[in-house]
Amino acid sequence: MAIGWYLAVSAFIFCIGAAGVLTRRNPLVVLLCLELMLNAGNLALVAFARMWGNGDGQIFALIVMVVAACEVTIGLGLIVAMYRNRLPIDVDELRELRG
Amino acid sequence: MSPTTYGWLVLAFPLAGTIAIGLGFKRLSGPAAGWIGTAAIFASFVSALGALQQLLDREPENRQLVSSLWDYARTVGVDAQLSILVDPLSLFMVLVVTGVSTLIHLYSVAYLRSDEGYARFFSFLNFFVFSMLLLVLAGNFLLLIVGWAFVGAASYMLISFWYRRTTATDAGMKAFVINVIGDVGLVLGTYFIFKHTGTLDFLGSFDKVGEVFGRNDGDLVAGCVLLLVGAFAKSAQIPLHTWLPDAMEGPTPVSALIHAATMVTAGVYLIARLHPLFEQAPAAADVGAVIGCLTLLVAGTIGLVATDLKRVIAYSTMSQIGYMIMAVSAGAYAAGLFHLMTHAFFKALLFMAAGSLIAAMAGEQSLDRMGGFRRALPFTYGCFGVGGLALAGVPPFSGFFSKDEILLLVGDRGGWHWGLYVVGYIGALLTAIYTFRMIFRAFLGEPVAPARELEQGHVHHADTPRNPATGEAEDADVGFPGAEHHIAERAGEMKGAMGVLALLAVVGGFVQIPHVTHVVDDFLSPSFEGSALYERSPSGGLEAFGLILGAVLGLAGIAIAYHVWVRRPGTAAAFQARFAPLHRLFAGKWFFDEAIAALVVRPAAWFGRFAQQSFERIVVDGLLVGGATGVVRAGSAAVRGGQSGFLRYYAALVLVSLGGLALYFLIASA
Repeated sequence: MAIGWYLAVSAFIFCIGAAGVLTRRNPLVVLLCLELMLNAGNLALVAFARMWGNGDGQIFALIVMVVAACEVTIGLGLIVAMYRNRLPIDVDELRELRG
Repeated sequence: MSPTTYGWLVLAFPLAGTIAIGLGFKRLSGPAAGWIGTAAIFASFVSALGALQQLLDREPENRQLVSSLWDYARTVGVDAQLSILVDPLSLFMVLVVTGVSTLIHLYSVAYLRSDEGYARFFSFLNFFVFSMLLLVLAGNFLLLIVGWAFVGAASYMLISFWYRRTTATDAGMKAFVINVIGDVGLVLGTYFIFKHTGTLDFLGSFDKVGEVFGRNDGDLVAGCVLLLVGAFAKSAQIPLHTWLPDAMEGPTPVSALIHAATMVTAGVYLIARLHPLFEQAPAAADVGAVIGCLTLLVAGTIGLVATDLKRVIAYSTMSQIGYMIMAVSAGAYAAGLFHLMTHAFFKALLFMAAGSLIAAMAGEQSLDRMGGFRRALPFTYGCFGVGGLALAGVPPFSGFFSKDEILLLVGDRGGWHWGLYVVGYIGALLTAIYTFRMIFRAFLGEPVAPARELEQGHVHHADTPRNPATGEAEDADVGFPGAEHHIAERAGEMKGAMGVLALLAVVGGFVQIPHVTHVVDDFLSPSFEGSALYERSPSGGLEAFGLILGAVLGLAGIAIAYHVWVRRPGTAAAFQARFAPLHRLFAGKWFFDEAIAALVVRPAAWFGRFAQQSFERIVVDGLLVGGATGVVRAGSAAVRGGQSGFLRYYAALVLVSLGGLALYFLIASA
């Protein structure tokens, strides 16, 4: 089977994720969409690994998952901390870093 | 022990004294600091005697010894070492410096007894002696420059010793600035020599001078003239002399030590030390001889009219150094150094006696207010008289032999040197007149109030201490006089030091009587082995004529002074009225200060103001500083505009730029 279908699915998921990150204001959903983008990348990695018949890409995909898990842990921790401090759960409201 | 080991010891003792007194000044009570300082210099003197004995045991041709402790730097072509040169010339200077310094330290033990800065004074004084010995013993140009600069710094500290006196701090700065001009001359001169000889070592460069330089070679003459600038600044020769009279603001023992016996003779030593260079560059040596001759005349005329006791002695110092500079520049090395030695004796003695007199006047230095101290200060009067007779060149006192030998050897060069010979004898007459003017005005005549008070056994104390120069009230914590005044008649240390110097001022000349003794000549000859000018024997007729002329002029000067200031006290005022322009010229010190202010200080100040108001404000502040901040500010404003704080905006930015990059690579790879 041609690799094109896999890549098309991967690109499609990536675009959904990117659109979610750019449009949604709830940090929880932004994190979810980030995961979508990462996993789109994973799909492409695994597909290419399969195409070349070697395992490197799969190992990369595993590492990306580990990193994603860490990132989610910290991201969720931040969101919980915001909630506890009764800060608005809205990324547009959190703009103290404006120059 | 070898002579060089003794040489290192000579340096070590004063340094140890400085450090010991400097660190322990809080724990040293009473006169302890003074005795430690005196002992350190005395130990140095004893070491110098040891070196002398060792050196005399050797054959005359083996009397130049170099010893190096370590190398500062040893790279291509540079041999910077911590090395000393012990030879008859340097040892002669070491003996004079340590010997006279010991006596001046001893004098200061009593003289500054009630000063608040007693320990500080002795620490500085020991440091000065160390610097001077470093200068004298240096075996290469580098160490010479180090010693030269140290001496300048020590002089600054000691002139400004009473640091609450504005006149003293101003004088210290003036001395320091002029000495730095000399330092620059010395460094540049060294560069000119080093460029061709390729070695900093004295003996090494002397060996090469004949090969690499032709006679009167341009670079050599330039180098020697620059070295002379250094010598003129240190030795207070025209036109770099204006600091010396002002330096009299320092304590009187400082004037005796630095501004009479040691530091100001450094220029004389420099020329004698580097004589192979100057003999290869006679044009530069002639500059030195002429300047020395002019200085002795100008200083003599100012001495005639100065009214400050210490400044009269200061001008006479300038004038006597002029003789020495003229002598060593004209090749009369042994005569110049002989005069250096006798001058150190009688001038230190004169300063000490002046210090005793000033103490009896409660700090007042003006000759106009002194008079009649003959009975009140008999010992001081005697010492002043002996010093004055030696300075005036009356036989058989020491100054008679040394001054006449200089003039004899200068005249013997022939040609235009006869001009120097004549001016030298005019200067000798002036010397006798101003010296005895000072003595007669201070000691003869009607006793003034402090003198009468002292005759009844009480030393005069002013109600409020005042600065004698400006009349402003003095801070009693720092500044002479302290709670007590110390006069030679009542302090054994001062009496002892002055007694020894008075003896030396009488007999010091006997080591070198024409046709009888040649101690100085013979001792110094190994240092001047290669010199073409060293061994000269002038005709006997000229010699006898010179000696008689010198004696007659000395006595005539005293007679004139006696006539003008004792027998007919109105004569001086009449002369003053009759030759008013001349008097104004002399009393205005030939307007050197004003000329320097007009030619150097004011243009420099104007340029400084211009730089501050125009250059700095427009170019530096406006263009350089303003431009740099403007660029940074504009750049940061642009960057800051991008920092909106919107998370989604950042994410879009990342996506768009990544997409753009991907597109670029796609197009580039196609």
